Amino acid sequence: MNQHVKNVTPETTDLSRRSFLVGTAATGLVLGYAGVPGVGEALAAAPANFEPSVWYAIAPDGLVTVTCGKADMGQHIASTMAQMVCEELGAKWSDMRVSLASNDPRFNDPVLGAQLTGGSWSTMMNFDAMSRAGAAGRMALTEAAAVSMGVPASELVVRDSVISHPKSKKQMSFADIVKSGKATKTFTPDELKAIKLKTPDQYTMIGVSVPQLDIPSKTNGTAKYGIDVMLPGMAYGAVVTPPVRFGATVKSVDDSDAKKVPGFIKAVTLDDKTQTTSGWVVAVANTYANAKKAAAALKVSYDGGPNAKLSSQSLLDEAKRLQGLDDSGQFFVKDGDPAAAFGSAAKVLEAEYTTSINIHAPMEPMNATAEFKGDILHIYSGNQFATRSGAIAAGAAGIDPKFVVMHQMWLGGGFGRRLDADMMVPAVQAAKAIGKPVKVIYTRENDMTMDFSRPLTYQKVKAGVDGDGKLVALSHDVVSAWPTARWGIPDFLTPSVDKKGPLDSFTVNGADFFYTVPNHYVRAIKNELAHNATPSGQLRSVAPGWTFWAVESMIDEIAAATGKDPAQFRIALLDGKGKNDGGAQRLRNTLLAAMGLSGYGTKQLPKGEGMGVACVSSQERATASWTACVAHVAVAPSGEVTVKKLTVATDVGTQVHPDNIHAQVEGAALWGLSLALYEKATLKDGGIEQTNFDSYKPLRMSQVPEVAVAVIANGEKATGVGEPAVTVVAPAIGNAIFNASGARVRALPITAEAVKGAMKA
Amino acid sequence: MPTLTINGRGLSVDAANDTPLLWAIREQLQMTGTKFGCGAGLCGACTVHVNGEAVRSCQTMVGDVAGKKITTIEGLSARGDHPLQKAWIAEQVPQCGYCQSGQIMQAASLLAKNPNPTKEEVVAHMDGNLCRCMTYSRIQKAIMRAATEMRTASASGNERRPT
Repeated sequence: MNQHVKNVTPETTDLSRRSFLVGTAATGLVLGYAGVPGVGEALAAAPANFEPSVWYAIAPDGLVTVTCGKADMGQHIASTMAQMVCEELGAKWSDMRVSLASNDPRFNDPVLGAQLTGGSWSTMMNFDAMSRAGAAGRMALTEAAAVSMGVPASELVVRDSVISHPKSKKQMSFADIVKSGKATKTFTPDELKAIKLKTPDQYTMIGVSVPQLDIPSKTNGTAKYGIDVMLPGMAYGAVVTPPVRFGATVKSVDDSDAKKVPGFIKAVTLDDKTQTTSGWVVAVANTYANAKKAAAALKVSYDGGPNAKLSSQSLLDEAKRLQGLDDSGQFFVKDGDPAAAFGSAAKVLEAEYTTSINIHAPMEPMNATAEFKGDILHIYSGNQFATRSGAIAAGAAGIDPKFVVMHQMWLGGGFGRRLDADMMVPAVQAAKAIGKPVKVIYTRENDMTMDFSRPLTYQKVKAGVDGDGKLVALSHDVVSAWPTARWGIPDFLTPSVDKKGPLDSFTVNGADFFYTVPNHYVRAIKNELAHNATPSGQLRSVAPGWTFWAVESMIDEIAAATGKDPAQFRIALLDGKGKNDGGAQRLRNTLLAAMGLSGYGTKQLPKGEGMGVACVSSQERATASWTACVAHVAVAPSGEVTVKKLTVATDVGTQVHPDNIHAQVEGAALWGLSLALYEKATLKDGGIEQTNFDSYKPLRMSQVPEVAVAVIANGEKATGVGEPAVTVVAPAIGNAIFNASGARVRALPITAEAVKGAMKA
Repeated sequence: MPTLTINGRGLSVDAANDTPLLWAIREQLQMTGTKFGCGAGLCGACTVHVNGEAVRSCQTMVGDVAGKKITTIEGLSARGDHPLQKAWIAEQVPQCGYCQSGQIMQAASLLAKNPNPTKEEVVAHMDGNLCRCMTYSRIQKAIMRAATEMRTASASGNERRPT
């Protein structure tokens, strides 16, 4: 898809070619990386008119506004960015403000070189840049204060937005210094790199649960989300989507009844050359209520296209067929020789694991507002991937991406859904068709049936154990649609180890675990049928959400087959040998922490109850947060499962905001529970059958068990927290069900029928 | 043109009687704190009060509420300082925040009638409000905190004597 959209490959950013500027302008002190087109010139030519900024600006009133280039979808990343700047800058927390960046490449992630929010990467990838930006500002302010006060800079103390000289009792606030106009300093890349950042023992902000800056606005209705955008003279669009998820085309549109709806303006059939949507029509009217009425009155006939007969079962059948072929897919991991090892193994286990289609369903339905103003296309929408979404909007408009300005809004949930840009297309083409700004809002039914879902997955795992009960070989095939390949951005694909071309590692991440297994193959197999029929996306935690379901269930099955305690069996496998050194030990420690906190193995549980463990290195091997879970469940004779408690331990290295980490880990764990037991989408006749929250059922308050969270902050670099705990819960529950009842379940979501069916008679 | 009494003000809206109250509030009156979530009364994001009762504004037609007292999140308190709003901040409840207007309005209708709810009563009252970020445990804590504050305030109010 999106073959025609060029230039969406994020430009790689080389920080070493940039220099850091600190200068003054009429609007305040501006801090950012130069070497970005426009910044240097603007500073040199017309400082009075220079609009801040790159990472932050300090106004003459002393308020520090940090511009967040990340999508804030509830993980409070904007506040976290401010906190990282604040620590090194020495500002007072009540002086900190945040604003959300446009898609100007100046605001690209310093590591990713694009505006993309995902992977639980933001804190880890911005910690250094934000810290250095803060420190550089403190140094510039300190030098200016030293000159003003006539004292050596080395004798100055910076605290709470005030720079003081204890000896002379002189002091200046940040506001005073900015107003003086004397803070001017340029940092070369080497100087920037040479800045000595604080050591953890010097932190006064990092590790403190400061009040999140966005929260008050989310208690009084003032936070503005994409859906809240109002532009003068704008119209509203309601989408009519076909019964088939993808591949349908519109044969004809009869708008004779729609024309009777008051306020109806036009029915626009999308011509989507970006191939993000297929067979969509937008009913445009003066209000959304009228647009919906008009949409309901449109008579659209479709050609259902090539996927109109497909079902979940046909996608699964195809996955099994592909897995059975020797030459399918590409290798992600190829260590040793599992085939030979199986031949000499004392025991061989084989199992199939599946996960259903799952829907993101953020509470704010997809929406976008498009406005053409002169040559510029303005888009207002909460979006996780402005770099690509801007290109899709441009593709929908038939203009160059450089003419698209993306105005970021607060996101009413993201979870990966807003990495996609489908909502741009109806908004842009409707606005173009009627010559007015148009806000398109999906109904919940549009949102669910047209989700870029977590794909249906099929995994086959084969394990070989030697005479001592040691795991010596594992082969793991993962068959799914390829969510990230769909983006058409080569940089996001990974070369296969068998040199059969790139693979989508976002379908197999996690399968390259930290257990020591000498013979280990992981094969990524693209289910082309599913890929085309159910265009998939990145759902909170992405591949580790299914790979660890398989791996951590199979590890448990092996432990059971060899008569070992599943936790002790894992600890033995996490020996930290070779490439697993470091990570394996950290993972082991989280498992020990979760075991300790849950009382694992310390008491006899009542009949029908059990505990299960799992431990994961989500997200990617290189960006792991070490997370373990002990699930405590009760299983009724009917097979019904009650989760009594989830205990999660996670090693995040450095914690910027403990309370937020707690909230994120708990939310992620409950997502894991929701996916494990309650959320299931199915495909029938090419369409997603679930249309609203009556048939697709995320966790509700009455289903929340006790959740205990232990956070290990051992001083290593900050890792991500938004996703990893999603992935550890389902296998922990599955293993607990086995412990409680002897029933082994291998399909997500877990149903009472499956549990009952798997119980030994 | 129906006139609605919203947050103590009489406001006329240019909307047909069969227009959902939700869209009249959001588009006609541009009070966007009330959110659209499902359009079917299944998620609670659009919860407002009509004569003190929590209702789903996506399922309530403009023509049915003329002359009734409507309260939205914007009108729950004058300065965003209803005990629930303060408790929501104290417990740092919101993540994405999108459902929270509806959660707060739903909770407010409980505390107005039951100043000392049990956990079970809170869960039963709140179970129709989805939070996709899964902030449920903090929502519960915040409701209990607000209930305590409201009881303390009213108790101290009773004890106060004019001097």
